[in-house]
Amino acid sequence: MRYVISLSLLLVVLWLAISGVYKPLLFVLGGASVILVVWLSVRMDVVGVEHNPVLFSWRLVVYWGWLMGQLIKSNLHVSRLVFQTGKVKPRLLSVPVPHEAAVSKVTYGNSVTLTPGTVTLKLTDHVLEAHALDEESARELEAGHMARKICWLERQGEKEN
Amino acid sequence: MALIIDVISWILLLTGGVFGVIGAIGMLRFPDFYTRLHASGITDTLCAVLIVVGLMLQSGLSLLTLKLLLILLFLLFTTPTATHALARAAVLDNIEPVLAGNGEQGSENPAQTGEPSSKS
Repeated sequence: MRYVISLSLLLVVLWLAISGVYKPLLFVLGGASVILVVWLSVRMDVVGVEHNPVLFSWRLVVYWGWLMGQLIKSNLHVSRLVFQTGKVKPRLLSVPVPHEAAVSKVTYGNSVTLTPGTVTLKLTDHVLEAHALDEESARELEAGHMARKICWLERQGEKEN
Repeated sequence: MALIIDVISWILLLTGGVFGVIGAIGMLRFPDFYTRLHASGITDTLCAVLIVVGLMLQSGLSLLTLKLLLILLFLLFTTPTATHALARAAVLDNIEPVLAGNGEQGSENPAQTGEPSSKS
């Protein structure tokens, strides 16, 4: 029930923020869509599972900042490769996934795909298979900085709960 | 002050555009499906981020900025999912990636010879 209420509040705030037009008709429509979405989420059994507060902490903001730095770095690297296609040496690699929570695993898979130079091909419980554009991107992923950062994200959540 | 923000905003918008073009060039130049995914990754991330941040500076502090922020957030959440879905579909369709000669996968790899056609 707590999650149903928090989800509804979040949706209402989101709707008010992006609507910007405050007329009675739109309030009714907005309210109706919030109720519809909450009802669907309850039916799908995703309330409280998908937006588990495990990863909602200040560390998430720090992680995003760090990820943005990585993004810029890898973007510049891949941009350089675009003009030196001779240096493209693609290879496949597997790295361990040390995380417990499903959300952390998905965050890892998504972050790997998000940084150009590496794309997640397959994500299982303990192993992530990726395609890397060249040796440097592959080594960057194998070094495991990103996995460690997400472990750090995960730990904070456990402490708070 | 407004002028400085305008200049920064335009610099961001233009660099974003440049990265979009670089991503497109990469799409054409890279040797196979999987490597091309990396090129489209440039357009998905840095290009989009720069353009949206540039637009945010144009819009100032308003509801519009919040909307742009939400666009950026959803974009950064959904594009890796889409890229992964494409890569996964290609793997399931048995599209063999072109791989470099080194490492254990290199042995069964005739495609490699055709790779650096645009080297010169």
